[in-house]
Amino acid sequence: MAAAPKRPALPAILLANDLLDGDIVFATAGAEGALIWTRDPAHALVANDDKAAEQLEAYAANQLATNHVVDAYLVDVAIEAGQPVPRHYRERMKTLGPSNRPDLGKQAGEGIERAEQGA
Amino acid sequence: MLLLDKSGAKADVWTRSEGAAIDNISHALVAWEALPEALQQKSRDQRLGVIVPNNVSIAELKLVLRQLSLVAVSFPSFSDGRGFSLAKLIRNHGFTGTLRASGPLIADQFAYAISCGFDEIELPDASAGRQPVEQWLKAVAQISHGYQRGYGDNRNILDQRRAARAAGGAV
Amino acid sequence: MYRYDEFDERFVRERVAQFRDQVARRLDGSLTEDEFKPLRLKNGVYLQLHAYMLRIAVPYGTLNSRQLRQLALIGEKYDRGYGHFTTRTNLQYNWPKLRDIPDILDLLADVEMHCIQTSGNCIRNVTADHFAGVAQDEIEDPRPTAELIRQWSSLHPEFSYLPRKFKIAVTGAEHDRAVIKAHDIGLRLRRHPDTHEICFEVSVGGGLGRTPMIGKVVRDYLPKADLLAYLEAVMRVYNLEGRRDNKYKARVKILVHEIGVEEFTRRVEEEFARLDGPSVNADPAEVARIAAYFAPPSYEVLPETSRVLEATKAANPAFARWVETNTTPHKAPGYTALTISLKPIGEAPGDATSEQMRLVADLAEQYSHDELRVTHAQNLVLPHLRQRDLFTIWQKLGEAGLASANIGLITDIIACPGLDYCALATARSIPIAQAIQRRFADDERQRLIGELNIKISGCINACGHHHIGHIGILGLEKRGIESYQITLGGEATENATIGEILGPGLAAEDVPDAIGRIVDVYLAERQGNESFIESVRRLGLAPFKAAFQEVANAVA
Repeated sequence: MAAAPKRPALPAILLANDLLDGDIVFATAGAEGALIWTRDPAHALVANDDKAAEQLEAYAANQLATNHVVDAYLVDVAIEAGQPVPRHYRERMKTLGPSNRPDLGKQAGEGIERAEQGA
Repeated sequence: MLLLDKSGAKADVWTRSEGAAIDNISHALVAWEALPEALQQKSRDQRLGVIVPNNVSIAELKLVLRQLSLVAVSFPSFSDGRGFSLAKLIRNHGFTGTLRASGPLIADQFAYAISCGFDEIELPDASAGRQPVEQWLKAVAQISHGYQRGYGDNRNILDQRRAARAAGGAV
Repeated sequence: MYRYDEFDERFVRERVAQFRDQVARRLDGSLTEDEFKPLRLKNGVYLQLHAYMLRIAVPYGTLNSRQLRQLALIGEKYDRGYGHFTTRTNLQYNWPKLRDIPDILDLLADVEMHCIQTSGNCIRNVTADHFAGVAQDEIEDPRPTAELIRQWSSLHPEFSYLPRKFKIAVTGAEHDRAVIKAHDIGLRLRRHPDTHEICFEVSVGGGLGRTPMIGKVVRDYLPKADLLAYLEAVMRVYNLEGRRDNKYKARVKILVHEIGVEEFTRRVEEEFARLDGPSVNADPAEVARIAAYFAPPSYEVLPETSRVLEATKAANPAFARWVETNTTPHKAPGYTALTISLKPIGEAPGDATSEQMRLVADLAEQYSHDELRVTHAQNLVLPHLRQRDLFTIWQKLGEAGLASANIGLITDIIACPGLDYCALATARSIPIAQAIQRRFADDERQRLIGELNIKISGCINACGHHHIGHIGILGLEKRGIESYQITLGGEATENATIGEILGPGLAAEDVPDAIGRIVDVYLAERQGNESFIESVRRLGLAPFKAAFQEVANAVA
């Protein structure tokens, strides 16, 4: 197994790809406080301290082990207009979609509404 | 450890010896480094097998093949495919004993292993726990015929086309 | 073109069922992600930046209309209505869901297609000259050889877990349009000077990526009948001795480089002599069976030049320019091979929508003996057109935005998907290509500059062939921002050459200026009809470096 990636600087969010769909998903707090996945980066739970980051890491490990997601890791973010935005341009792409196709991906709202209604 | 061949799980008659100390073990399996000494000690009715790393020199191995009843080729990981070529070389050098692939292979490699000349797979428990024998037996039969000549029997596609031509078929 | 027999059909169907089973075993935990990954890659399934990606094999770039229509359908039903043609002449879909991929594979099998070995550490899709069968400089059609290798390499029991990916290309022409010298194995069909038999020249150890190398000839004249046995010997030496300790040193080019081409050749020849060739090679009847599928279509007897074409050209200068730029002389009198540009200004290079695919499929069916090709430069070819049909075709293509007259010109840019899609990328490629296209959009200026190949990769793996572009652009990350390194003097022909780095990396917005300055040096210095690359060869790098440095200094 690949070694667990090093924890980035905080604040950070947890993202991954859904195993069956491939969509980028973000860890967020569900109704009862337990972590669940959302397709909307605006709803990603932000870990501001080590304790919160450990909870995200534990959730990642659990979700990888139970075959729900792949490629789960923490991403350091800045808070812009109240929402987490990855600091690195690569991870920012994951929250948006292809820059040459603004009509596609999360920047076009793809998957976000449906997931929020369905989940 | 799980030992299996095309018919399913099987008992292992081979005993790993400490170094070259094969004593009176009937089927003794020794490490490649211990083989020269073990060969000297081997009695006439004793069977000897060797565990070889997948980078063993075929030039050295071929010199002792006739004295061996089993060669176990180590697969350090399933993605390291040297063992497939090594098996093919061992068979090409006329080895008719048992050829064993030993390591964390996956069921999807079973057919490849057999085509390259392996008879059986020795699987660590961690792999066997996830991939039981039934998965191996299913996987080995998933592709009926390959395109390569010279790998196993003459049921490959090229030879079947040739046979159909010889029979006057329209293939 | 080749058609599946009952064996091919069953093989592909069983492969689909096998993949469906592999997905199920991944979901129930029988296979870990580490175990599943090579299995999905060998079926063309990548996990990319936003989603899974599915790479469909287009063997040696050949398609018929039914296949292209099926690809269009898959794009609409399971993707976002467009696909991306790659430098390996494959087609990629960027948004499929893993749960749908077995069904997509079934649809592909319906039209004799698959995704087998479009990725992974195995023998990849075999490529060939995209003008195979029609080029005037051809000695023999390379496609029967490529098809034989496709079959032989499919699910090879011994060579499916190689140290690294392995790419084979075949050409049968004087002029190399298949970039065989940048392949792990490059095969060139050629006539033996004494026996006059057609043989293979075999090159090994070419490749791009982190350590670009030009292939070296290991056999001058390999008898055609010995091909598979010889390939087996090469692959066995590589599989046993290729490095597995470092993925950047695992390609066969590194083995050839480290032990030397003489020693590598000696080991291959030793193994080739030892193995039992007749038990490995395809028998002549099988080779003939495959070759028969590639017999030329029944051409009409036509005059060398169509009067209809000449008349329409005279009346339509734009059409005349397109014909001049996008067509290639054909073996058959009165015919031509047309390259359809997938590089309209401002679009992602190599992308085609499902509607565009259907139109091209219709044109292929109606005008090109139901055949079309994908080129490694990410364009499409209608290989068998009557010259007199060109005007109608041009009009229809124009309505679909596919009549760009830029083949081989500065806006005919090769670009990988880059960081807009690819998980491995370190920088974006597509926006760079678009910015350069816009800078040089003027038709007259493009034609004035003439042949100039720009090739862009978004990471060191070099899917965009930047090393062998006349101008190459490599996107890297430098201190948290995208940075682009420019190379000059690469060439992808029979004179394959690796380009040299001009200077420090540039920010994305400065790249078009830098290209502009390089082009200005050429336009100022060129002699007579000298092409860009000929000027670079004559002048050397110095004047281009000086101009480039001015841009670099201005922004530093």
